[in-house]
Amino acid sequence: MPANPFDIEKVATLARLKLTEDEKIRLGGQFERILEYIDQLDRLDTQAVEPTTHVLPLQNVFREDELKKNFPDAEYLPLAPRQDKGHYEVPQII
Amino acid sequence: MFQPTLAQARHQLKDKKYSAVELLQAVYKRIDAFDSRVQAYVHLTRDIALKQAEAADQKISAGEDAPLLGIPIALKDLICMQGARTTCASHILEQFVSPYDATVVKRLKDAGAVLIGKTNMDEFAMGSSNENSWFHPTHNPWDLTRVPGGSSGGSGAAVAANECIAALGSDTGGSIRQPAGFCGITGLKPTYGRVSRFGLVAFASSFDQIGPMTKSVEDAALLMNVIAGHDPMDTTSADVPVPDYSAALPQSVKGLKMGIPKEYFTSGIDPEVERAVQNAIQSLESMGIEKVEVSLPHTEYAVATYYVLACAEASTNLSRYDGVRYGFRSEKSGTLMDMYTNTREEGFGEEVKRRILLGTFVLSSGYYDAYYLKGQKVRTLIKQDFDEAYKKCNVIVAPISPAPAFKFNEKLDDPLQMYLSDIFTISANLAGIPAMSIPCGLSEAGLPIGLQLMGKHFDEATLLNVGHQFQQTTDHHLKHPKL
Repeated sequence: MPANPFDIEKVATLARLKLTEDEKIRLGGQFERILEYIDQLDRLDTQAVEPTTHVLPLQNVFREDELKKNFPDAEYLPLAPRQDKGHYEVPQII
Repeated sequence: MFQPTLAQARHQLKDKKYSAVELLQAVYKRIDAFDSRVQAYVHLTRDIALKQAEAADQKISAGEDAPLLGIPIALKDLICMQGARTTCASHILEQFVSPYDATVVKRLKDAGAVLIGKTNMDEFAMGSSNENSWFHPTHNPWDLTRVPGGSSGGSGAAVAANECIAALGSDTGGSIRQPAGFCGITGLKPTYGRVSRFGLVAFASSFDQIGPMTKSVEDAALLMNVIAGHDPMDTTSADVPVPDYSAALPQSVKGLKMGIPKEYFTSGIDPEVERAVQNAIQSLESMGIEKVEVSLPHTEYAVATYYVLACAEASTNLSRYDGVRYGFRSEKSGTLMDMYTNTREEGFGEEVKRRILLGTFVLSSGYYDAYYLKGQKVRTLIKQDFDEAYKKCNVIVAPISPAPAFKFNEKLDDPLQMYLSDIFTISANLAGIPAMSIPCGLSEAGLPIGLQLMGKHFDEATLLNVGHQFQQTTDHHLKHPKL
């Protein structure tokens, strides 16, 4: 694996997290040790091993295509921090 | 002292020794007396519970019956209950009131249960000590200076302190079994897919399972009879017949084989834990269960594999907390992007951020194959270890944790040490198998020690059978902390 690959600023941007300078230093040091620990997986030869995405042999779980109103606006929209005229309100985008 | 098990409370309610309302009041009296010190709950649902208890009493006097009629049950605060807050012990969901019931909650209500409150946990179920709760830590009822374990530490402490009759927890890497072990109670993580995850706030979706945390194995079977089963609302829920778990309890265990995995008895395990587990193995042998040695050679890779995969899944699951549709939104917002990042910076605690960052990294371009895909492949190897082992045995017997409950702040500054405290529980989640923690003794300092029973996929019945028979011949589960 590449040495010291963890660019905390880049990863934080991808994760939509804003970190304080303090957090960057503390978490950065911790990640170095955690990734070092994870790197022990490299000792295993897994070239011929299939990855497990799911522990049960479930495939193509279908349901009937019924028209149902599952989430009524009147109950769900008020959960939003801000809403207006039946819509979610967010800061200006354009 | 007031401490009925679920099975006892059911009989006593039926025999009209007390009413459901009286039972509820007795439980709230214990909470009022002890929870200021234990802090197992994050909020109580007194009004909802009282109505449910009154309805239960009406049914009892009308001669009706239901599996949990009038039984006060606590829910870990990541299980959605309509009209009640569901916070995941996070600032970002602090004010969230669920508009719907989780499938398990619907099933509990249909079975007549009285839902008394929501229990504390590590934020978003990420942690092994309950120190990551946004609200407050929960204290271990056996020693208030120690952690109750996590992440279902609130449910574990509430059961141990007799602040409920039974509770539900959830287990992603050991979050039912480790606190059950630390608190001296019974905790079962069912097979992945056995219990619906609909309405369980997602942490790592290929691992999460809801399960019972109870005062006895008999009680765990009673709860499993209610919560297990296929649910169309959860596409990963398995359409597999559910047996009557209570009927499995009295069966003979003679002739069963228990596998002892040598990798679980290596250096690093506390000698007191090893002694208690070995004594339990002897008790199981004297009950007629044959001991065979098995090997789970990839055990040492479980923690690393788990933290790659679970963090990856968490980073995608938790991307939904953006301050738009529900939950907390930062007031500092400028642009839309600022709103996202400020909301998440202010709303999440440090451990949650740590795992989101790690998960984002292992899924990011250039590192996916080296970390995430590698983790998925090692997961296959770990699963194959169990397939091999179960050719030789019906159950696998091991410790739950390398040591009993630790002190507050002992591992908080070193996340890797905290992660390693789950070393014996994580493999069951990676393999998707059922696993249970039952008490098997106390340390010299008076701290509970847990025994782990792991089973084949969908064979919770054998775990409950063996666990119940063990509890018929031992009294570890009958010991209570002095509060």
